[in-house]
Amino acid sequence: MNNFTQLPARQLTVTDLGCVRAERQVLSGISLSASSGEAFLLRGPNGAGKTSLLMCLAGYLPVSQGSITWLSRDPDQHPGEDIHFVGHLSAVKPSLSVQDNLTFWAVLNGGTEQLVLSALQVAGLEHAASLQAMLLSAGQTRRLSLARLLVAPRPIWLLDEPTAALDSEGDRWVAQMIDAHLKAGGIVIAATHLDLMLDNSGQITTLTLGGAS
Amino acid sequence: MSIETAKPMNWFDKLAHPGQFLIWSRYLVLPLALVSTTLFVIGLWYAFFNSPEDYQMGDTVRIMYVHVPNAWLSQFVYVAMAVSAIGTLVWRHPLADVSMKAAAALGAAFTAMALFTGALWGRPTWGTYWEWDGRMTSTLVLFLMYLGLVILWRSFDDQLRAAKLVAVLTLVGAINIPVIKFSVDWWNTLHQPASVLRAGGPAMPPSILIPLIVMTFAFTFLFLTLHMVAMRTEILRRRVRALERKRAVEGIVK
Amino acid sequence: MNAFVAVVAHDLKLATRSFGDLLTLILFFVMIGVIVPFAIGPDKVLLARLSPGIVWIAAFLSSLLALDRLFRVDQEDGSLLAFRHATISLETITFAKLIAHWLTSALPLILATPILAVMLNMDMTIFWRTVVSLLLGTPALTAFGAVGAAITVSLRRGGLVAPVLILPLSVPILIFGTSAISANAGPDAEVAAQLFLAGISLVSVSLAPFAAALALKLTQE
Repeated sequence: MNNFTQLPARQLTVTDLGCVRAERQVLSGISLSASSGEAFLLRGPNGAGKTSLLMCLAGYLPVSQGSITWLSRDPDQHPGEDIHFVGHLSAVKPSLSVQDNLTFWAVLNGGTEQLVLSALQVAGLEHAASLQAMLLSAGQTRRLSLARLLVAPRPIWLLDEPTAALDSEGDRWVAQMIDAHLKAGGIVIAATHLDLMLDNSGQITTLTLGGAS
Repeated sequence: MSIETAKPMNWFDKLAHPGQFLIWSRYLVLPLALVSTTLFVIGLWYAFFNSPEDYQMGDTVRIMYVHVPNAWLSQFVYVAMAVSAIGTLVWRHPLADVSMKAAAALGAAFTAMALFTGALWGRPTWGTYWEWDGRMTSTLVLFLMYLGLVILWRSFDDQLRAAKLVAVLTLVGAINIPVIKFSVDWWNTLHQPASVLRAGGPAMPPSILIPLIVMTFAFTFLFLTLHMVAMRTEILRRRVRALERKRAVEGIVK
Repeated sequence: MNAFVAVVAHDLKLATRSFGDLLTLILFFVMIGVIVPFAIGPDKVLLARLSPGIVWIAAFLSSLLALDRLFRVDQEDGSLLAFRHATISLETITFAKLIAHWLTSALPLILATPILAVMLNMDMTIFWRTVVSLLLGTPALTAFGAVGAAITVSLRRGGLVAPVLILPLSVPILIFGTSAISANAGPDAEVAAQLFLAGISLVSVSLAPFAAALALKLTQE
C-alpha cells in the first residue's frame, strides 16, 4: 500500500456557498466543514450541483455568495497545489504509453519516478506500463486517471464519481485508496452514488444536495 | 489561509443592477432621441444650406459631414466597448456584458457607414470607389474586428461565458489597434508616393467646422440612444430566456 | 527534468506521434505555392515579384490550420483542468505549449520554404531574407493564434471562428513580414520592417500566455 508520510494538516470551512454557472444558480446555501482525516461524500440526483461544488472547491468556478476558507500552515504555498481534482475526464493521452502519461503528471505535480512505479503497481497497471494508453479498457483508463492521485502526495482530494466505469474490485480499490489517504491525514470530498466501504478511519459525512433550483 | 468570498454590493452595484437599469433607463430614451433628432436637423441644415462648397470637389464634399462623424464614431464605440470589457473582466459587472454586446453591432454598423460614405466620396475625388490609403484601410481592418466580435458573440450558446471571452478579445484588439494603424500607415507610405487629398485642407474655417462638430454630436447622440435601446432589449431578451428555461425545468418536474 | 521542460517535451512527443498532421500542414503550405501559378499564370517574373507575399500568405494560412490542436485536445480530455493545479502556473504551461507549437508548426514550414522558392522562381537573396523574416515573424503568428485558439477552445467549430478573429490582428505581421523581404522604398525600409517584426514577436510572445491562460480559465467557469 502507499507509504505516505503524514500529509500536512488542512481545514476546510464552507459557509453559505452560492455559485452561478451557465446562467443558472447551481449551488446555494451550502455549508460544510472538514479537517484532516475526514471524508465527505456528496450525494444527490443528476444536476444537483455535486460537480459544481467540487469545481468551486477546486477554484475553477467563482463564488457568487458565501465563502470557502482553507486553513493551512503554509501561507506562501499556492492553494492550488494542495489539491488533486479528478473529474469525469481522464486527462490521459491515448498516443502516449501508460507510464509516460503518469510520469508527465508526476513531474508537473511535484512527484517522483519512484512514486510513478509504485502507483502503477497499486493501480494494477504495471503489466501495461509500456503500452499505449489507447489500448486500455474504460476501467483501466479510469484506474490510470486515478493513479494521478498517487504520484504526487497532496492533502486534498476532490473526486467526481471516482468509481465510474469500474467493476466491484475497482470500487474496493478506490475505497482502499481513500482509506489510506484519510489515515495519512488527508481530506477527501467525493461525489459518488456508491456506498464506499471504508474502515472507520476518521469521520465520514454524507452531504445530500437537492434538485436544481 | 486562503479565503474566497463573494464581494458585497455597494451603491454603484445597486444602481447598475440590470433590473434597476431597466427602470431608470426608460426615462432617458425619449430625451436622448429628441436631442439626437434636433442635432441632426441643425447639422443637416448647416451641411446642406449653410456651408461652402469645396473649391475642387464641389458639392460632393458634403458627404464629409456624414463620413467624418461615422469614422470618428467607429473608434469611439471601440473605446466604449473596451471600457465595458474591463468592467466585465475586472468587476464582473452584469451591465458591462450587455453594454459590450450592444456596442459591437452598432460599432460595426457605423464603421460600415464610414466605409460606404468613404467610397461614395472617393469616387468623385479619386476616381475609384476604393483606394488603399492609410485611413480607409485602417477603418476596413477595424470593421473586420467588429465583425469578428459579432461572430464570436453569436458562436456561444451561453452568453455569460461569451461575454468574458469577447472581453478578452476586445482588449487584445484594443492593444493592437495602434499597432495596426501604424503598420498600415507605414505600408501606405511605402506603396503610395502621392499624397491623398484631405478634406478641407490643413486649416478648417468655422463654416465647415461648425456643421462638422454638430453632425459629430448628432451621430454620437444617435449612438447613445441606440445603445441604450439595444441594452434594454438585450436585458429583456435574457429575461425571456431565463423564464423559458424555468418553464422547461418545471415541465420536466411535472 | 523540470516541469516547464516536461510540458514542452510532452507536446513535442504528442505532435510527432501524429505525423499525419505534420505532413498535412507541410503539404498545405506547399500546395498554396502550387495553386498560385495556376491561378495567376506561370509568368516567372511576376511570380518572383509576388513570391514574398505568397510565401507569407501560405505561412499564415497554414499556421491557422494548425491552431486547433494547441488547446482543444487538452480541453476535451480534462488536462486543462489538471494543469490548474500543477506546480507551475497555467501561464507558464501556455508559454511552454507555445514554444512546442512553434517548433512543430512554424519550423517545419520554414524548412519547407525552399520548395516554394523553387516553384515561385525566387531569387537567392530574396530566399534567405524570406527565411529570416519568417523566423522573426512566425513567433508572433503563433502567439496571436494561441490567443485566438484559447478564446474559441470551447466552441465546436472553434477551428473556423479562430482564423476570422486572428486575421485583423495579424495585419501588422503580414505588412512587416513582407516588407522585411523586399520593400519598394529600399533597404532602410526593409531593416526597419525587420526590427518592427522582431519587436512584435517579442512583445506578443511575452503577453500571449497571459491572455491565453486568462481565456482558458474563463472558459472553465
